[in-house]
Amino acid sequence: MNKKKAFLILSNGEIFQGISIGAKGETIGEIVFTTGMTGYQETLTDPSYYGQIVVQTFPLIGNYGINSLDNESNKPYLKGYIIKESCEYPSNFRKKSTLEEFLYENNIIGIKDIDTRKLTRIIREDGSMNVIITTEYPKDISIILDKIKQFKIEDSVKNVSIKEKQIFLPENSSKLTIALLDFGYKFNIRKELLKRGCSVIVLPYNTNMDDIKKLNPDGIMLSNGPGNPSENIEIIQNLKEISNLNIPIFGICLGHQLMALANNFTTQKLKYGHRGANQPIKDLKKEKVFITTQNHGYAVESLSVDRSIADISHVNVNDNSCEGIKYKNKKIFTVQFHPEAAAGPNDTSYLFDEFIKIIESEL
Amino acid sequence: MPLRNDIKSVLVIGSGPIIIGQAAEFDYAGTQACRALKKEGLEVILINSNPATIMTDRSMADKIYIEPLTIEVIKKIIKIEKPDSILSTLGGQTSLTLSMQLAKEGFLEENNVKLLGANPETIDKAEDRQTFKDTMEKIKQPCIPSKVVTNIKDALIFADEIGYPVIVRPAFTLGGSGGGIAQDKIELSNICENGLRLSPITQVLIERCISGWKEIEFEVIRDSKGSIITVCSMENFDPVGVHTGDSIVIAPCVTLADKEYQILRTAALNIVSELGVEGGCNCQFALHPESFEYAVIEVNPRVSRSSALASKATGYPIAKVSTKIAIGYTLDEIKNDVTNKTFACFEPALDYVVVKFPKWPFDKFVYAKKTLGTQMKATGEVMSIGTSFEEAIMKSVRGAEIGLDSLSLPKLSKRSRKDIEKLLHNIDDERCFVIFEALKRGITIKYINEITKIDMWFLHKLNNISKLEDELKSDLNQENYIKAKKFGYLDSTIERISNKKIKNKINPIYKMVDTCAAEFAAQTPYFYSTIGDEDEADEFIKENKSNKKSILIIGSGPIRIGQGIEFDYSCVHAAWAVKKLGYEAVLCNNNPETVSTDFDTADRLYFEPITKEDVMNIIKVEKPVGVIVQFGGQTAIKLTEYLSKNGIKIIGTSFEDIDRAEDREKFDNLLEKCNIPRPEGETVFTTREAVEVSQRLSYPVLLRPSYVLGGQNMIIAYSNEDVIEYMDIITATNIENPILIDKYIMGREIEVDAISDGVDFLIPGIMEHIERAGVHSGDSISVYPAQNISEAVKATIIEYTKKLSQNLHTKGLINIQYVVYNEDVYVIEVNPRSSRTVPYISKVTGIPMIEIATRISLGENLKDIGCGTGLKPCSDYIAVKVPVFSFEKLHDVDNHLGPEMKSTGEVLGISKTFSQALLKGIIGAGYTLKRSGGVLITVRDQDKNEVIPIAEKFSSLGFNIYATSKTAHILNKNMIPTNVVKKIHEGEENTLTLIESGKVDYVISTSSKGRLPALDDVKIRRKAVERSICCLTSIDTANAIIDSIILNKKVEDLDLVDINKL
Repeated sequence: MNKKKAFLILSNGEIFQGISIGAKGETIGEIVFTTGMTGYQETLTDPSYYGQIVVQTFPLIGNYGINSLDNESNKPYLKGYIIKESCEYPSNFRKKSTLEEFLYENNIIGIKDIDTRKLTRIIREDGSMNVIITTEYPKDISIILDKIKQFKIEDSVKNVSIKEKQIFLPENSSKLTIALLDFGYKFNIRKELLKRGCSVIVLPYNTNMDDIKKLNPDGIMLSNGPGNPSENIEIIQNLKEISNLNIPIFGICLGHQLMALANNFTTQKLKYGHRGANQPIKDLKKEKVFITTQNHGYAVESLSVDRSIADISHVNVNDNSCEGIKYKNKKIFTVQFHPEAAAGPNDTSYLFDEFIKIIESEL
Repeated sequence: MPLRNDIKSVLVIGSGPIIIGQAAEFDYAGTQACRALKKEGLEVILINSNPATIMTDRSMADKIYIEPLTIEVIKKIIKIEKPDSILSTLGGQTSLTLSMQLAKEGFLEENNVKLLGANPETIDKAEDRQTFKDTMEKIKQPCIPSKVVTNIKDALIFADEIGYPVIVRPAFTLGGSGGGIAQDKIELSNICENGLRLSPITQVLIERCISGWKEIEFEVIRDSKGSIITVCSMENFDPVGVHTGDSIVIAPCVTLADKEYQILRTAALNIVSELGVEGGCNCQFALHPESFEYAVIEVNPRVSRSSALASKATGYPIAKVSTKIAIGYTLDEIKNDVTNKTFACFEPALDYVVVKFPKWPFDKFVYAKKTLGTQMKATGEVMSIGTSFEEAIMKSVRGAEIGLDSLSLPKLSKRSRKDIEKLLHNIDDERCFVIFEALKRGITIKYINEITKIDMWFLHKLNNISKLEDELKSDLNQENYIKAKKFGYLDSTIERISNKKIKNKINPIYKMVDTCAAEFAAQTPYFYSTIGDEDEADEFIKENKSNKKSILIIGSGPIRIGQGIEFDYSCVHAAWAVKKLGYEAVLCNNNPETVSTDFDTADRLYFEPITKEDVMNIIKVEKPVGVIVQFGGQTAIKLTEYLSKNGIKIIGTSFEDIDRAEDREKFDNLLEKCNIPRPEGETVFTTREAVEVSQRLSYPVLLRPSYVLGGQNMIIAYSNEDVIEYMDIITATNIENPILIDKYIMGREIEVDAISDGVDFLIPGIMEHIERAGVHSGDSISVYPAQNISEAVKATIIEYTKKLSQNLHTKGLINIQYVVYNEDVYVIEVNPRSSRTVPYISKVTGIPMIEIATRISLGENLKDIGCGTGLKPCSDYIAVKVPVFSFEKLHDVDNHLGPEMKSTGEVLGISKTFSQALLKGIIGAGYTLKRSGGVLITVRDQDKNEVIPIAEKFSSLGFNIYATSKTAHILNKNMIPTNVVKKIHEGEENTLTLIESGKVDYVISTSSKGRLPALDDVKIRRKAVERSICCLTSIDTANAIIDSIILNKKVEDLDLVDINKL
């Protein structure tokens, strides 16, 4: 591989020099860091990173290469990738290509040889911000800085969601049908449902109540997804109606936030979000702590949750933020974290079982 | 759940002496436990037979018993102290086994003592092979096909079923003692026989050999509510087949995709949940390199060596959290000390990698079998932290103190390519270096992988290093210089390899270990060096400006024979003293098993190799007012010259004065000036000179190279042949350094640890060795206060100690070894530093030696400190230190005691009478003192007369005496009925078969020559070790043992001593 220089310029003016990986050119996005030590392939293909440039805090990335089975969507949606070191000779029995080959093939602009810990500390202190990765050092920094500042992530859900509905059948006979609203869903949500004998109908993000009703699903799944939840006015409106169908609903991440907004709760942007595979959450009913995968920059404000219509079911042990909501008198529950894991711990996959149980108790 | 309110006082059981497989990590764990319990306001009662530990320090617990770790002693302590609880999981296998025994006997219940941290069902599920298998089957966790057998026949039948090779694992043994891989029937019979004997329940497991699979470990913590986390994952560089304690290890796992990682992580959580462990637990897995197939290898339901490593690798205090869980807290109630904001229920995220490198004792035991297998052989380990694997392994290799600053082992460069290819098949301590040499020779990675099964990932990384060295050799430029720095190379190594001077040097910076990959702001002053853009140590120092001056204390590196935990004791105390005196204590060490590398011991911790350049880099950022080297053993002392010459202030005795004690010629001048006699001696270079000098001095003589550490390569020669053999070995490897020959005086050995300010001196106590000079002081039974010296000799010793400490301008500690012969006192060795006896003398006399020495080093004088001067009056108690060995772990090592140190640890016996203190020491050291049976005596000619009274004592107790012809003849002549046994070559029924027969319970064997495994005497001694028969190799030790047997007291009849009440 040739060693072309690349530059990372932060909106606060700080410049890092590194080596270009993946595609050449320039890319602007919102910088976020993730602390997962495995699962870079899942990270690269997680649609929730739409519009973002991701920093891996673990310094050795690409150790086990890229395989054909661990993608979480059809293609990477992130805008750039920042690492310390990429593995030139990965080793794993499922390896198909190297990390750098994958970035190149998917036209992702990346940069390596960056002091990622220094960068992470900046993000931690200054919060998420817009940055640019470029393989050509800009002639005029001030123009670039303006350009960076103007960048805004827009229509993120629309851009990651499918356009036409898709139907997936489980290997054995199907016992339930789940409608999965795709706000940028990770494949593993579908896999977890299929594994439990459900047929999964993946629906475009803006599918409304009537269309869902026509499908007559046993349960509705609200997926994860990118961006600022409050911008999704159409979905929020739809959800208000969908909630009244009396069909059990399970929401994850963005799905959780959107359901909260549909109930007139509010969301806020976190300084630098929760991204990693080591976030402790407490299941208040079980009185037990679970380690979860998380990837979110926004969160439901705990105080905004109207206790007459919903209870907080899970909290983050580190900062006490809202991690799960159970709606009263409705068969709706949502979580901020990712029970489907991929990458990360499977400790909360029991929630899929609970979802199925709720549905079955209905039948 | 908060602290349980039914717990008020807790008995903590320590792990006893340091042996292979159970080292300093349990002092780290026990110390954290005691501190955590005390912080909760609980009364802590501690028992540990090991006096070199920090946990047995007066301030660590309310009641401290340094007593033998036997069931009777613990019962007695429970009766006296009436604790309401007992903590069993922080003191290694020793503590766990004892606690389970107490629980199963019903003793705990009878005495209303709660068992904390583990319950017998959990332990049985994890440790009893069959129950474990059944449990795993129940939760569908795959195990390796295996069967528990109790005899060899069943083992052979099962092995035929599953096919060879098979692994033999004895139940309930430490560090896999007695286990091994058998390739065929004969090997299986041999290993099985040994394993069955070593297993306390005569049980071994025969299992399918899965060597070559990846070996992965998880450290798990679970609380009483069932919340469960993994603290750290670890991957072994050496695939399954090598004990994890003997493997190079990387944390976190690197070759596992998230899928495999989560499969194993989930398995670990399910296993630990099913076992119901509350606290720390270690799970070991084997993972097939080409599929998702895995198998559970082993589960340790307690804090372990791996958890010490995981703690240091992540910053997560596993022992402390386990303790808190044991007394009722749940994970979400325990604060994360590192961030002070978040809690203990999270999984640390690393933004660096950690490499552990074992430290083996093969440099001391040249004839030991170096092959690595399922039985651990390493005495210690080093850990290093880097942002790349290359950087981390380079740091760990140079920190292991094996004479290397890179992966090139010089002796391999002389071997042919064919030889190297052959050597790749050996699984031993040098495998990593052989692989590196192979890569340098262009042997392909694929070929190496096929032979070694080491994952390609590691081999490619080593190849990166090899390629870099090629570049450096051909042309050193700024680009490859930076790359070399990123690969962890020292400037000196780069200059050595490239043979060029570096033009623009770059300094490493320091990053923080914070448990969370910088996600949260951390307050841990725990740093490692790397190449990068910002220096967090510098930032930390500036932000926490305290106006205090800082002092750098150099630690003692890995645990090895001759340099054990006692130096960590000293360093930790020095750090505490420095803090108390108003300075900031900065520690540098690289041993993950220690208390000194806990990030809250000093004000700042640098987890770095202890080399000249690494230490200088720390000095650059810390700018300390000085460096303390006298507490870190040879590891620290050997930096003195370099630091001193670079203008760094040595706090304490100066380099010049240290050198005067270490350099032979200067030392002779010093003694002459002080008018102190030493055994006559000379320096020689050739074999001819050696023989001439030896004859002139008259035999026996002591031979050693001029630069020695811990008695390495030292022998006592009784004849010209001995001298010639020795000189042949020495001159074959090293001709430049002269050989020292001294008259060997077979007198009484006396040892003194003194504190001096250069004017006054304080001797807390004088110690006497049971074994005469010639047995290394670390291997001798040592008695405080000396029992057998006259007032005149005592006065002379005090006078010499005064002269030496004054003339060496001592500022701090000084250790002096004397030999007394016919009332004459000779000096044999002076060490102007902390010694291995300091912890025990401090504890027995109550004099905080390290604190006083530190204060003196920093300018105070003894008079002002007010702890007195001269020889302290003796305490009312007598303390006997008894060494402990790990010979059963090391094949082909001659267990004959001599001038080379061989022990790995020690225990202490304290009592008001000498005989009882000795008895406690001997029992604590593991001697069973059988009162009947047989004794085999085979001694060298010069011991034949002295062995008569010993044989007589055994005989009068009714023991059957066996001896080889010459010895038997003398004994029979002295009216001691003795059976003659044939020597090995004399016939079918000989000394070896006698030992095999089980008729012998004691072997007394001394020989004028030793070491070579092929010698008859060595075979006898090894056979005794393998059969766990008490083997005595010094007449004086034998005497002590028989006197203890005659005393006929059980340890439970002896008074137990709380050292806090001394």
